[in-house]
Amino acid sequence: MPRTLYQKVWDTHLVTAPSASTPGVLYIDLHLVHEVTSPQAFAELRARGLHVRRPDRTIATMDHATPTTPRDAQGRMPVLDAQAATQLEQLAKNCADFGVRLNDIDSPDQGIVHVMGPELGLTQPGSTIVCGDSHTSTHGAFGALAFGIGTSEVGHVLATQCLLQQPAKTMEIRIDGTLSRGVGAKDVILAVIAKTGVGGGTGYVFEYTGSAIRAMTMEQRMTVCNMSIEAGARAGMIAPDETTFAYLHGRRFAPSGTAWDEAVVRWRTFRSDDGARYDATITIDASSLRPMITYGTNPGMAIPVDETVPDPSRVIDSGERRALEHALTYMGVAPNTPLLGTPVDVVFVGSCTNSRLSDLRDAASVLRGRRVAPNVRMLVVPGSRQVKRDAEAEGLDVVFREAGAEWREAGCSMCIAMNGDVVAPGAVAVSTSNRNFEGRQGAGSRTVLASPLTAAASAVAGVITDVRTLL
Amino acid sequence: MTTYPYSASYVSLPAENVDTDQIIPARFLKTTDKTGLGTLAFHDWRYEAQGAPRPDFVLNRPEARDARILVAGHNFGCGSSREHAPWALLGVGFTAVVSSAFADIFKNNAIKNGLLPVEVDAHTLARLLNRGTGTLTIDLDAQTITDAEESASFPIDPFAKHCLRNGVDQLGFLLDHQDAIAAFEARRGDHAKAAMMAVTS
Repeated sequence: MPRTLYQKVWDTHLVTAPSASTPGVLYIDLHLVHEVTSPQAFAELRARGLHVRRPDRTIATMDHATPTTPRDAQGRMPVLDAQAATQLEQLAKNCADFGVRLNDIDSPDQGIVHVMGPELGLTQPGSTIVCGDSHTSTHGAFGALAFGIGTSEVGHVLATQCLLQQPAKTMEIRIDGTLSRGVGAKDVILAVIAKTGVGGGTGYVFEYTGSAIRAMTMEQRMTVCNMSIEAGARAGMIAPDETTFAYLHGRRFAPSGTAWDEAVVRWRTFRSDDGARYDATITIDASSLRPMITYGTNPGMAIPVDETVPDPSRVIDSGERRALEHALTYMGVAPNTPLLGTPVDVVFVGSCTNSRLSDLRDAASVLRGRRVAPNVRMLVVPGSRQVKRDAEAEGLDVVFREAGAEWREAGCSMCIAMNGDVVAPGAVAVSTSNRNFEGRQGAGSRTVLASPLTAAASAVAGVITDVRTLL
Repeated sequence: MTTYPYSASYVSLPAENVDTDQIIPARFLKTTDKTGLGTLAFHDWRYEAQGAPRPDFVLNRPEARDARILVAGHNFGCGSSREHAPWALLGVGFTAVVSSAFADIFKNNAIKNGLLPVEVDAHTLARLLNRGTGTLTIDLDAQTITDAEESASFPIDPFAKHCLRNGVDQLGFLLDHQDAIAAFEARRGDHAKAAMMAVTS
């Protein structure tokens, strides 16, 4: 019987199959850990006298609450927030006590957990990957089954390297055609979520297929898979191909020599068989897509940048209408009006969605020879210290600085606003991150999600701008 | 551990797609504990910027004082994987949340902490939200939720039900599989070892 990519990864990791009364026991190949969702899990292990079953399959980093302000002359970065400092110290102690490798704030490998994993070659096709973070779906870009878990489950994986799981349904998101100039991976995934809604993927694992996906680089595929969770999907996956293998080849934790050749042969089997059945399918014509932005308070509230904001009075369902009215009031936008031309206070380029080298190149391509508008504060936050080094090697930091943007240290930064990088109440931020929830970037902040191109264009103009007018 | 069936009063939060950033804003996640989050639940909807309670928010109304059940709009708990969300709701005193749909990770996290996600049909949800408050009886065995007028059934995964009813510790259950896990590791050892270098090396 033909199987989907998801089913193949599921089948190869099943320790114990599910029964009528018990879930399956699923083996986890890689467990990524960060400071915010792990302390209570390590405490649970201590309380029970348990050890970490596979420290060789577990790696931690510091990202969520770390400062992104410049390092001192010795390359050190003091953490001034006492609570954040305590949490980071706790992670360091936990990793030392339990023998877990930690890329701490001073490590050259430190970075956002979903940037670091792929970069080090830890993220591999056909594997299972979890982290106490919903954007773990990012790693599905390599044909891994990767999903976010809560802290209790972090404890489960630390102690047993396994999770109790029920199989998910599968949804094919087929995207064929060629993207127009100025339209990228972020626009694709925002268009997908606008179509499914924020709950439309609940219970499903997405598999992205089609010629537009095949044409994408790994970094673009990561952007797409990253936001699968914003549609409610458990995970998002893309079958590995030559692009995947080329990305992985030579990375530190990727196999090498004959092991590489054997791995590639095995990895090639992780694709949906011809005739494999999905529980649902959505198709999108890539050539019809325009740059996307959000107007509301969840990522499903997205429109092409040159469209007008929807009118609640045309929404039939009363719950949806109330939600839309509430969102527009919060955002301070009026129905039936364009968002183009809306003044912008902050532009943030960063986050596990859009902080990789190609994202920074996109933003820099717009900023080169231009200036950030005087009313705008622009932050550029690389996803990892490696991305930062790579960007500096090709002079992108100079482009950002000369344009008047702030060039920061790596971390989650203003996407989640835990580290002091916050948007003021009522201020509008055009952000390349993944969530425009109320207060996400600081209490009362108003977030407009967009691609790095659109964000940079809006920074230059000082208002929400269609990047296609600047290309 | 909650004993079923039980009757308790409920309060309503009619918003749809309530995300975990509303349930517990990220700036409160810099804790290493599970407790103390109740007063921070729904912080930015519940308090003015200066910290005074907003009298119109449901948790600040008198009927919320003894409520143990929260009835909320469609797709409750979407967004992040933070288990702080159920910890905060439990901190308020809630033992169940009723909605017409729950986000996957939230539902998983809730069950592991003994917070029951009660998924009802759209009609029942609309009726409960419309009334705003009242008494509900939750029977986990029968999988029913009953108010003064009607009774509705709700689905729950058999294993989750078993755990909630009998206080089964899921980590303990997993630890009982250690032999099977070791056998699995032995069975696939070679290619797994070759494919990924140990991260400790």
